[in-house]
Amino acid sequence: MSKTSGKYNVTDPRKISYELFTLTYGSFVMQLIKDYEDVDEVNKQLDTIGYNMGNRMIEDFLARNPHISRCSDFRETAEVLSKQAFKMFLGIQPQVTNWNNSFDEFSLIIDPNPLTEFVEFPDHGKFEKLNYSQIICGAIRGALEMVQLKVECNLKTDQNKGDSTYTEIRIKFVEIIQDAIPVGED
Amino acid sequence: MAIYNFYIFNREGQCIYYREWNRSKQSGLNQEQEFKQMFGLIIEMKSFVTKMSPTDLKDGFLGFKTNKYKMNYYETPSGLKFVLNTDVNPLGNTRELLHQVYEQVLLPTVIKNVNVNLQEPIKSTVFENKLEDLIRNSTIFKN
Repeated sequence: MSKTSGKYNVTDPRKISYELFTLTYGSFVMQLIKDYEDVDEVNKQLDTIGYNMGNRMIEDFLARNPHISRCSDFRETAEVLSKQAFKMFLGIQPQVTNWNNSFDEFSLIIDPNPLTEFVEFPDHGKFEKLNYSQIICGAIRGALEMVQLKVECNLKTDQNKGDSTYTEIRIKFVEIIQDAIPVGED
Repeated sequence: MAIYNFYIFNREGQCIYYREWNRSKQSGLNQEQEFKQMFGLIIEMKSFVTKMSPTDLKDGFLGFKTNKYKMNYYETPSGLKFVLNTDVNPLGNTRELLHQVYEQVLLPTVIKNVNVNLQEPIKSTVFENKLEDLIRNSTIFKN
């Protein structure tokens, strides 16, 4: 059970089939829509769920990648995020692109997005406001917050928005959260 | 018999786990006071060590040594802090051992359990048993 290396193989119990994952996520979002009946509320819930997942996923990530230490700048964070974190959890490597001039904001292009595979939206336009992959944004925000990086993370385009065939996530650096020092210990 | 005691602090500075093995002398403080002092020391040492460093530090504070025991410190980038007191010359890599505690014990039994609130002291017996196994089987403990 306890494997020390970060290597994955077919019998790895932490891996599940791509299709099963996509379909499970689809029915999960469907259920949320049925339960909340309000697209904005569903977006919020997906974000919160992702955030809570991110809070714990970061520990898994750090434990399995002990050589990764604190990033020296935001560009390094982007690299680690796309090349290692996404690879480990989703098996994909999104493209890091569209940096702004001050290098504190970038986009991740997820193409193809494993979450939106096989997904079709009925009644064109009805779900235009739904942020289907919002859970990823929440997870990024939650995970980075645990390593003292406060970011804003939004879904810029997704498969159900307009004619987009890929998913773009915009990540903006906000601040570095300082170590909390308990009262009376300074 | 060379591992004395072990602390885990969460990012808020609360001691979420404590265990001792061959500690024959107590600090004389009550436990809460001892945890607070230990955490205070870590924070202070970390900032002092960084301030005094002649070059850029990577890992920073790793522990200290006295003539009777050695304090070994390991912190994850997510702010979990592990403190392990051993004898002066532990036979084995203590950082490696602390990382194993993180990866093989804390992660599967506590962090991945959604019912556990990470702000509260760890009460899981699975955690305790696994930790006991790992520590007792380490070369540092046996020698």
